[in-house]
Amino acid sequence: MQRSPDLDNHSESPVHTEPPGEPVVHIRQLSKCYHRGGQIIPVLTNISFDIMHGEFIALMGPSGSGKSTLLNLIAGIDKPDSGLLKINGTDIAALSESELADWRAANVGFIFQFYNLMPVLTAFENVELPLLLTPLARDQRRRRVELALSMVGLRDRMEHYPSELSGGQQQRVAIARAIITDPALLVADEPTGDLDRSSANDILAMLERLNRELGKTIIMVTHDPHAAQSAHSIRHLEKGELELKKH
Amino acid sequence: MHFLKLILRNTLRHKLRSGLTVLGLVVAIIAFGLLRTVVDAWYAGAEGASSTRLITRNAISLVFPLPINYQERIRKVDGVSAISHASWFGGVYVSEKNFFPQFAVDAKTYFDLYPEYVIAPQEMKAFRADRKGCVIGRKLANTHGFKVGDTIPLRGTIYPGSWNFTIRAIYDGAESATDTSQFFFHWNYLNETMKKAVARRTDWIGVYVIQISDPDKAAEISDEVDAMFRNSLAETLTETEKAFQLGFVSMTEAIVIAIRIVSFVVIFIILAVMANTMAMTARERIREYATLKALGFGPCFLAGLIYGESLMIALAGAAIGIVLTFPVAAQFSEQVGTLFPVFGVSRETVYMQAAAAAAVGLAASVLPALRAARVPIVDGLRSIG
Repeated sequence: MQRSPDLDNHSESPVHTEPPGEPVVHIRQLSKCYHRGGQIIPVLTNISFDIMHGEFIALMGPSGSGKSTLLNLIAGIDKPDSGLLKINGTDIAALSESELADWRAANVGFIFQFYNLMPVLTAFENVELPLLLTPLARDQRRRRVELALSMVGLRDRMEHYPSELSGGQQQRVAIARAIITDPALLVADEPTGDLDRSSANDILAMLERLNRELGKTIIMVTHDPHAAQSAHSIRHLEKGELELKKH
Repeated sequence: MHFLKLILRNTLRHKLRSGLTVLGLVVAIIAFGLLRTVVDAWYAGAEGASSTRLITRNAISLVFPLPINYQERIRKVDGVSAISHASWFGGVYVSEKNFFPQFAVDAKTYFDLYPEYVIAPQEMKAFRADRKGCVIGRKLANTHGFKVGDTIPLRGTIYPGSWNFTIRAIYDGAESATDTSQFFFHWNYLNETMKKAVARRTDWIGVYVIQISDPDKAAEISDEVDAMFRNSLAETLTETEKAFQLGFVSMTEAIVIAIRIVSFVVIFIILAVMANTMAMTARERIREYATLKALGFGPCFLAGLIYGESLMIALAGAAIGIVLTFPVAAQFSEQVGTLFPVFGVSRETVYMQAAAAAAVGLAASVLPALRAARVPIVDGLRSIG
C-alpha cells in the first residue's frame, strides 16, 4: 500500500500523477449514523458524488450537518455504515484497521484546524514523521523534509519547536507534513479556523498552489465563505444531504 | 532512534510530574531493598552455616543444658571428626540496647571447627593463655571502639554477677557473610566461677558442635547421637547447623512474613502512583495519539511510546534507588549495631529491585497503552488534552 514518495523530483511546473477526469473519490449511497445514549442519530444519508482528480472542493454547512464526518470517511479515519466509498479505485470501507493505516500513510495528507503537531518535536521532525513509515534512508528523508519546508517558506525555522512558531507558521508546518509523502489527496478540516485573516490568506494561497502546481486533490471543510472561495467548487451539506454549488 | 527520542522528550515534557514520580520510585525502591535486606539478614546465620557441622542440643528446649560428659561419648560416634561446645551467656554490656551474642566456648577446640573466624596466631595464643580473655568480632569491635587489651565488663543475667573480660583477639570473617559481631570466652572460666557460686550449675554446656567428615551422613550421625542418649536425663536433638539456625528464624517467622508483605505493599503503592501518572499522561495526549494514528502509525507504536515512557521513569527511579540503597543500608546497619550481625545488600536484592521497577513500569502502562491503542481516531482528534 505504501507509495514511494518522489518529492525530490519536484519542480515549479505542475505535477499531475493521474490523468484528469478520473474520479479520485467515488461515493454512492453513503450513510453514517452515530449512537448516543441509546439513540440513533443519522449524520449522512445516502450521499452520492464524485471528486475528480485535481479538484479543490470546499465542504460547507452548519454545525452538525455532517461535513466533518464526510471528510473523516473520505480520509479513512472513520467507517461508513453503508454505501460505497472508493478512493483511487480502492474500496476503503472494506480494508482492515492495519490496511487502512497503511493506506492513509500512503494516500492521504491531513491538515487539522489546530495543526496537531507533536509539541516535543521540531518542525523538521514533525514533517519527517510520516516518512518514518516509508523505506527512505535518513539522507533521503532529510532532503525531502528540507524541500517540503522550503515549499512552505519555513526552511529557516526547521529546528524550531511548535511553541516557538506562530499559528500560521504551525499550519504551514502541518501542510509540509501533509504533502511530505506526496499523497494523492489532501484533507483539510477548518485549516484557517484558528488563524487571523492574513495568516488564513497565506494558508489558502498555499493550498491553491499545491492544487495548481502539484495537482493535489484537496477537500476542505470550512465555515468561512471567504476560505471557500479558494476552492473550485463548494458542496453544501444540510442535514446529511449534499448540494453542489460551482463558482 | 526517533522512537527513543520521542520517548525521552515525552518523559521530560512535564519535568515536575516525572521528577516527583521518579522520587516516589526512588523511595519505594530503597524501602523495598532495605526490607529485603532485613529479611536476608534474618536468614544470614542459616545461609552461612556449614554442611559439615551438626548441633546437638537438649531435646526439650534450647534453654535446657547438656552434661559435659556427653562430649567423649559423642566423639566416639563413627563419622564424627571433631567436637566442641558453646554456652549462651546472655550478659549485658552497659545497657540492654548494646546487645551482642556472647558464648562460653571450649577455647582449645571451638575455633578449629570455625575456620571462617580468622584470628592471628599470636592473638589466638594469647587468648588461650588467659582464662579471663575473650575473642570478639571485628564488627563488634568497630561498633564499640574495642581494641585488644581493653576490658569488657558484662553484667550476668543467666549467670549472675559482674564479669570482666580482657580482649585478647579480634577475629575477621573469611567471607563477607561471616558474623563478626560475636563475643567468645573460656567455658572453663565460667564453669569454675559457677562451681564456687552455684555448684549444681557446673559441668553443663549449651550445645555441642560436631564436625563430620561426610555431609551426606549428617542424618545418620544425628540419629546415632540422639539414640545414644534416649531415655537419659537429658535427651538430645541433633540437627545440621543450618536447620538449627532456621529454628531460630522460625521463632520469629511472623515478623519475617510481615516484613515481606510490607516490602510488596510498598511496590504496590508505587505501582498505583505510577499508573496514575501514566494514565494522566496518556489522557492528556489522546489527540496526539489520534494524530499519529491518522498519519498511519499503528497501535503497537503508540503502546510502545507509552510503555517506553513508563519504563524510562521506572528505570530512572530504580537506578537512583539501587545506588542509594547501599549507603542507606550501611547507615541502617550502623544504627542497629550488632542486632543484625550480617547486613549487606545482596546481588539478588538488587536484581529484585530492578525487576520490581520494570514490573511497575510495565504494569503502570498497560491500561493507558490499551486505551491509546483502542481510541477511535475521530474521538481522539476531538479530545481536549
